[in-house]
Amino acid sequence: MNMRLSILDRGHAFGTKVLFAFIRTVSRQPTPEALKLIAYRPAFFGAQMKTVTHEAMRGPSAWSVGDRELMAAFVSKVNECEYCIKAHSAVAARAYGDEAKVAAALADLDHAPIAAPLRATLHMLAKLLREGSVPVDDMRALLGAGVSRAQIEDALAVAFAFDVTNTLACAFGFTVPGPKAFEAGAAFLLSRGYR
Amino acid sequence: MTDIEASRRTLVARILEGAGRAAAGLRRAAFDGGDVAEPLRPLLAKVSTRAHEVGDDDVARARASGMSEDEIFEVVVCAAVGRATRRHEAALAALRACTKVE
Repeated sequence: MNMRLSILDRGHAFGTKVLFAFIRTVSRQPTPEALKLIAYRPAFFGAQMKTVTHEAMRGPSAWSVGDRELMAAFVSKVNECEYCIKAHSAVAARAYGDEAKVAAALADLDHAPIAAPLRATLHMLAKLLREGSVPVDDMRALLGAGVSRAQIEDALAVAFAFDVTNTLACAFGFTVPGPKAFEAGAAFLLSRGYR
Repeated sequence: MTDIEASRRTLVARILEGAGRAAAGLRRAAFDGGDVAEPLRPLLAKVSTRAHEVGDDDVARARASGMSEDEIFEVVVCAAVGRATRRHEAALAALRACTKVE
């Protein structure tokens, strides 16, 4: 399966194609679709998008890397982006060392074994992405539930990055690979981040 | 705390004002979720609201109108970042509004 724009499959600069070949050889997996997107004309979009995503996902935060990867998977679920759900569920599961917790949070948020502040934050993100905004009263309730202002801003940064990525994955038609590809991707993102 | 504001603004500046194939006005209209001419309208309307409903036909129509793949790439990126920016700013405004009252 190809993406809807052939430039995203085959239009990269020569050096980038060499890098892709190297990654395919080492990982024994196809070049990740997300990498193909971010590496196409990077001065226009990809280079700066990597910076934004890395800051949101790996910058200083009271949320753990696992929490933020779960937020990324959860946002992707609300946006119905299968590629990103699978990609970031795999990273969250690896970061937490707990695949069942991630699966539970995505399947039934209200009964998943996660802390109350994280649960309340995920509910807020779902409302934001479904309705386009969040009532002030909801934000006040979230602060009252013990989620700090900084934590809310950090969660909103994750949501911004993945709202963009989910939308582009859907619009350009990312092909969803098998679980081994996402395992390889998760190991990479956990050790190296998004830079 | 992570502060993505500066890098987010740089991202928006690059896609709207950086070197590209699509006209600046079209990139801005896509970013704003505003009205665009017919061959692009269904594609960008979906990107701005329900991107998972984008189909091969939406992109094929834009291409058939004579737009290059690079132009389509740019306007779709602008629409996606614009949509996410509106949501992000709406949520930050709600957060600012309630902390003022406290």
